[in-house]
Amino acid sequence: MNIEPRGIWKVIAASSVGTMIEWYDFYIFGMLSTTISSQFFPKDNPTAALLSTLAIFAAGFIVRPFGALVFGRLGDLVGRKYTFLLTLILMGGSTFLIGLVPGYKSIGIAAPLLVLLLRLVQGLALGGEYGGAATYVAEHAPANKRGYYTSWIQTTATLGLFVALGVIMLVKLNMPDASFNAEWGGWRYPFWISILLVAVSIYIRLKMKESPMFSKLKSEGKTSVNPLKESFSHKGNFKMVLLALFGAVMGQGVIWYTGQFYTQTFLENTLKIEFIQNREMLLWAIALATPFFVFFGWLSDKVGRKWIMLTGMLLAVIFYRPIFNTMLKNADPKIWRTDTQYISDSTIKTTILKIDTIKKTNTYFIVHTKTKWGFTDGRQYFSISADTMSEFNSLTSYSNDRPDTKPLYIDKTLSTSLKWKFIFLIWILILFVTMVYGPIAAFLVEMFPTKIRYTSMSLPYHIGNGVFGGLTPYIALLLTTIYTKDKLVGLYYPIIIAGLCLIIGTLYLNNKRDKNVTD
Amino acid sequence: MNTIKKYAGILWILVGPLGIYFLIRTALSEIAKKPHVDTKIQWIVFIAIFTPIAIGLMIFGWYALKNEYHHLPESSAEIED
Repeated sequence: MNIEPRGIWKVIAASSVGTMIEWYDFYIFGMLSTTISSQFFPKDNPTAALLSTLAIFAAGFIVRPFGALVFGRLGDLVGRKYTFLLTLILMGGSTFLIGLVPGYKSIGIAAPLLVLLLRLVQGLALGGEYGGAATYVAEHAPANKRGYYTSWIQTTATLGLFVALGVIMLVKLNMPDASFNAEWGGWRYPFWISILLVAVSIYIRLKMKESPMFSKLKSEGKTSVNPLKESFSHKGNFKMVLLALFGAVMGQGVIWYTGQFYTQTFLENTLKIEFIQNREMLLWAIALATPFFVFFGWLSDKVGRKWIMLTGMLLAVIFYRPIFNTMLKNADPKIWRTDTQYISDSTIKTTILKIDTIKKTNTYFIVHTKTKWGFTDGRQYFSISADTMSEFNSLTSYSNDRPDTKPLYIDKTLSTSLKWKFIFLIWILILFVTMVYGPIAAFLVEMFPTKIRYTSMSLPYHIGNGVFGGLTPYIALLLTTIYTKDKLVGLYYPIIIAGLCLIIGTLYLNNKRDKNVTD
Repeated sequence: MNTIKKYAGILWILVGPLGIYFLIRTALSEIAKKPHVDTKIQWIVFIAIFTPIAIGLMIFGWYALKNEYHHLPESSAEIED
């Protein structure tokens, strides 16, 4: 049943490149969301703003599990190869088309409607891709190397993020902001590039043969007639779907999204680290951590999948708060300013005149102050404050009667040593991701029988990653707006979910590797 | 271990509705604070997505209580009952 070693690398390459491109396509939309919002979803039009919310939530969280069901069923009925070829075409096509949709200014409400529709197709396609790629590779791999070979598929999501970050940075660095953000500006290039990547990947995938296990089932007439029914209405299989979700994928999903996406949000929105340095740190941490997906996949062939994944969850539960707290303190300008290395500041003030409409007698000035703070070791940041002052007798004589709105610290640049400390901390966060994510494809493949494998593993995977994981940045942010005193309160969401999953996994999962996945 | 697995099932059965109660309570309070369409959609999506998952957790707990996880299947034949 297993193929020659040279053949397996072709299988891995064909599956991984396509999956990586699908992740790239999915990420660029999220990473360019600010520009996309201004082009397609203007806030002054309530319908467009509503469509924007739907584009974010529906594509990421509702449609992905639905795509898992649609394409999982197809994959178990007609085969793995043609199904994940179809998901690739849908993903690549919709991404390219998003790059061609004229802005709201040109075609009005049709623009956000078209983008929403294409984003939904993207979500559907992504829901069908992963299960197919993981199943396809696992069904070619020998039993003692299943974790190792499928771990290459596991690197694709992170590599897709890496490529998306890199392409966007490259385009952005080579043109002024105005050209990048224009209606037909540079932000569209990453969407157009996708079609080239997809074309290459389709060519490679077309040359591949069907999975040998599926081909055997098909030739024997033993394929499933109704994969959805067999997956979810047969108690024997359904209880394993529930165990996969609550004992492994749920925790894996939140750890993945915390490590790679919440971290990015935290650096950008909570710490206000400058855009390029923020991306640079993420790129370094991702590049240095990615080989560990393969390492933990390989290790899972030796010691079993369960304890590697659960150790990753345990470490995350213990160390999330200390790691994020260290970053919070190290990027705090109030602490920086006590440092003797402080060297200079330059202040720009802008004043806005306002008439007090209630008292009618007073004129108010809102004074915006932007100050640049620099340090000898390279650290710098800008503080922005707005003070309201009222005039009494003349323009030159006013009192500051509503002073000291809390200053905002933005565009922080870290010193080289601090930057590397942050890269190390982010690397640890992504290392937890590699522990939980590296062995999971082999783990899921081994849980379910060949004839309903695509359907059975895709649904828990996309509920765990799409719903539990995908919602992590939003729920974490929501928690910080509800419980405002603790800046790290958002971390309780992944900590509680991973903690629950850790307990369920410890109690109910076993550490055996299924040597025979041909049945 | 099997006894712990069995009685932990009661805990999973309780966690499901407790989670949904907490979610709905928070949703109502947040929508009351910010009654915009965006806020409503966001919380409706959360409830619509997490309610079936909570029901799934309750079913998982029920299976655990019924000793379904004492022995995990080792071949596909055991799954296809």
